[in-house]
Amino acid sequence: MSEILAHLTGVSRTYQKGKERVEVLHNLDLEVPAGDFIAIMGPSGSGKTTLLNLMGGLDRPTSGKVQVGDAVLSSMSNSQLSHWRSTNVGFIFQFYNLLPVLSAQKNVELPLLLTNFNAKERARRAGIALDIVGLGDRAKHYPKELSGGQEQRVAIARAIVSDPTLLLCDEPTGDLDRETAVEILTLLQTLNREHGKTIIMVTHDAQAAEFANRIMICDKGTLEHQEAA
Amino acid sequence: MKYFGLIWKNVWRKKVRTSLTILSVLVAFLLFTLLSAIGYAFKGGQDAASAERLVTIDKVSLINLLPIAYKNRIASTPGVRAVTHATWFGGYYQNERNQFMQIPVDPHEYMSLYPELKMPQEQFDAWVKNRTGAVIGQELADQYDIEVGDRIPIQATIWTKADGGRSWEFDVEGIFSTDDPRGVTAYMMFHYDYFDEARAFGQGLVGWYIIGVEPGADSVQVSKAVDAQFANSPNETETTTEQAFSASFAKQLGNIAMIVTLILGAVFFTLLLVSGNTMSQSVRERISELAVLKTLGFEDRAVLGIVLSESILIMLIGGLLGLGFGWVLVQGIAKAVGAFLPGIYLSPQAMLVALGIMVGAGVLAGIFPAIKAMRLSIIDALARA
Amino acid sequence: MRTINQIIAVTWLSLSSLPRRFASSAVAVVGVAAVVLVFAAVLSMASGFERTMLSAGSDEVAIITRSGSTSEMVSGLSNEQALIVANAPGVLKNGDAPVTSAELYVIVDVKKKSNNLEANVPFRGIQTTGFDVRRNTTLVEGRMFDTGKNELIVGRAAQSEFMGLDLGETIKFGQREWQVVGVFEADGSVSESELWTDVRVLQDAYRRGNSFQSVRVKLESPESIEILKTNLEEDPRIDPDVLSEKEFYSSQAQGLSQFIKLIGYPLTVLMAIGAVFGALNSMYSSVSVRGKEIATLRALGFGPFPVLVSTVIESTLLALVGGVIGGTLAFLIFNGFQVSTLNTASFSQVVFDFAVTPDLLAQGLYAALIIGVLGGFFPAIRAARLPVAQALREL
Repeated sequence: MSEILAHLTGVSRTYQKGKERVEVLHNLDLEVPAGDFIAIMGPSGSGKTTLLNLMGGLDRPTSGKVQVGDAVLSSMSNSQLSHWRSTNVGFIFQFYNLLPVLSAQKNVELPLLLTNFNAKERARRAGIALDIVGLGDRAKHYPKELSGGQEQRVAIARAIVSDPTLLLCDEPTGDLDRETAVEILTLLQTLNREHGKTIIMVTHDAQAAEFANRIMICDKGTLEHQEAA
Repeated sequence: MKYFGLIWKNVWRKKVRTSLTILSVLVAFLLFTLLSAIGYAFKGGQDAASAERLVTIDKVSLINLLPIAYKNRIASTPGVRAVTHATWFGGYYQNERNQFMQIPVDPHEYMSLYPELKMPQEQFDAWVKNRTGAVIGQELADQYDIEVGDRIPIQATIWTKADGGRSWEFDVEGIFSTDDPRGVTAYMMFHYDYFDEARAFGQGLVGWYIIGVEPGADSVQVSKAVDAQFANSPNETETTTEQAFSASFAKQLGNIAMIVTLILGAVFFTLLLVSGNTMSQSVRERISELAVLKTLGFEDRAVLGIVLSESILIMLIGGLLGLGFGWVLVQGIAKAVGAFLPGIYLSPQAMLVALGIMVGAGVLAGIFPAIKAMRLSIIDALARA
Repeated sequence: MRTINQIIAVTWLSLSSLPRRFASSAVAVVGVAAVVLVFAAVLSMASGFERTMLSAGSDEVAIITRSGSTSEMVSGLSNEQALIVANAPGVLKNGDAPVTSAELYVIVDVKKKSNNLEANVPFRGIQTTGFDVRRNTTLVEGRMFDTGKNELIVGRAAQSEFMGLDLGETIKFGQREWQVVGVFEADGSVSESELWTDVRVLQDAYRRGNSFQSVRVKLESPESIEILKTNLEEDPRIDPDVLSEKEFYSSQAQGLSQFIKLIGYPLTVLMAIGAVFGALNSMYSSVSVRGKEIATLRALGFGPFPVLVSTVIESTLLALVGGVIGGTLAFLIFNGFQVSTLNTASFSQVVFDFAVTPDLLAQGLYAALIIGVLGGFFPAIRAARLPVAQALREL
């Protein structure tokens, strides 16, 4: 936990909403050590999702610098960002966002289509990812045949299949019942502690936040630190 | 094509909708195939007609007859390799509706000017020996179930016989065919000598001359030279290539090509609307999925490509099926009405054009939804979801 | 009664939400419009052609040709035979002179104005009674040709379709020059596609000696054709076909109009099938968009039958709108459009107008109706069967 993976310096993000300019993030600084598991909490509209988007290269700051590893995201082109995303970050969403037309295995293989691996290699890696999340036996099932928790696991497998260093989770347990949520959060912990993934998780749920190493509060576009238990 | 699996699955996302769209595409291309094959027939077998054969008719009117004495004078014209003649008999078989072309000819001369016609040697010899013999084309034989050895009566509408009757009887000595799929064989040939002797009037008069040009000679020059022979005579002539002559008939039928194009235009316009609508709905439903692809690292261009490929794939599936069914139908139709409208044929060019249209229509139908998908803002799309 | 009310309510609801489903509804409408447009356009050719041919046909006029002739061109009658016909019973007399015209025609090449290419035009020789044996035929410009001279009169349709046929112009056929001295009209019938001159001059120009192809006679009454027919058929000196002008033209029209219909109807059926697929597509999409609305209605107690009926009604209405649009377009674009084509029976050009008749439009609407019902039926069943609970859950 010594090396810093992600640096955000003086980051602001402003949107034009009709006639008004809304400042979602205000001159924010953040350092994320490699291998850390951070939970970000805060009220709606506080800018947490925007923060996540910036760290994942889905959005660019209006001012300031975003750097993850050696990549300065804030000055990369769209095409460079796409390329960077495919190998360096994995996303996990509240509503899973699996492609309903593909089986679990094919969903997990999706990011690998952007690589040079042949079909056999893609299948092998997807298989490994599905095993890690404990769904090896459900590889051929379609999303509509899986429970919410199982779908999220597939989404996690997809997020880790290209072995990214950074995992960004936006309300990953928002749509799950308590028991299933715990399973998913435990899985995330495992990925952090045993596989060294750096995880940043945005959540409303204080109990979910407990699973992280640190909790931060995001309010009115700024961050406050708070140590986790 | 590692993306094919994804594209295929996307296409079949809503099975009923895709199937119906494919069926619409199928119908459109089926129509294209049929109209193209029938339109080809209206070109009057032009392509089969040789540009090296010339046709000489009476300049004033196509229905006027020419003296047979002209034959030698034509033969002596520089550039003329061979010459023969034919005449419109204009009879019908069994009943007035069965009118096909019958022509009295000189067998040796005619067959040598039409080398593309094939007939077994023994049949040809039998025909030559039998003054009342006739040979019919394969298309006619099929249509009317006529075989070698049959005796068929042809009722004359113009050429009454010297003995007053109008029923001319012929022995079918042979059936001729051609290898060229565009070639026409819906006619009957019999002996000119028999015709000239047995007809009640018009002895020594023929309908038109067919000229074979010396290899290397200029058709236009030869045509002019032939016509010059008969300028200012009571029967002036007009000589053109056989190709131009056939074309002039087809042109008289009016602009069939234009009508066909207009119809197909309406059909494909509707098709584009149907497919365009399908593609738009398909993209609209998948906004979040397309956004996810982008988060995974798929570039904007890749998303454009995926959507366009889906559109083209739908067109290809429906189009190839339509082309296939169309091809089968064309074979059947050509056989059924071949005697009435010969030359129904689906050319390779038409098939290539169809393929081009499939791709083009696929692009046109999918381009707007594809651009929309390409320009999707990930953040907005995911926020909406 | 309750059911009817429900049907009305549900239908009203679904129709008022049409703007939401504008795109896919528009597609169905356009599809049907295209079918009706093409149908009306192609078949109006056949009906226009038939009308031109048939309007020439009177049952007070008989045409006599040599028996077995499929058209005048292949017929042949001697001068003697023509006289026998003229003097036969049943023929109307003007004082002492029978109202008959012995005629003969040849084919000449004239360039079409539309494409500058030569086309076969009928050049007919008539006797001075030529107008009398025809219904509604009058000279409208210039004067009648003088007998014995190389003068001709042109039909209005021929003049507008072909080049060089204006009053006063001279046109050359072969070695002879002919002067255009008059223009005649014949109610748009096939005669207007012809050029007329003195039959004796034509016989001479084309070396037909003293022979004719046909004799037209004015009958004393429509019934007297039977007397005429019997008399001529029993006469050993002549072997005739005696037909009323109406029957004659009707058989001539058959060939081309049958052909157009042979192509036109199957073409329309195919297109209609395509339109049904298009309509099905639109209606399935409509049903799925209306899913929550339908589920709510069902939850409120509306039965499945009204839902089914409302879907079919929606589909049928859309198709009818398409049919009306297609029919109107066809009428505006094609009705009265003049065209000329080769009449296979006479081997020469006949000029006619496209005729988008009320009957055709009715057929088109009928086709639209069928497409609408078929296109709505299966989606309607799906709409009616929509599992209420599931649909509500998706709310």
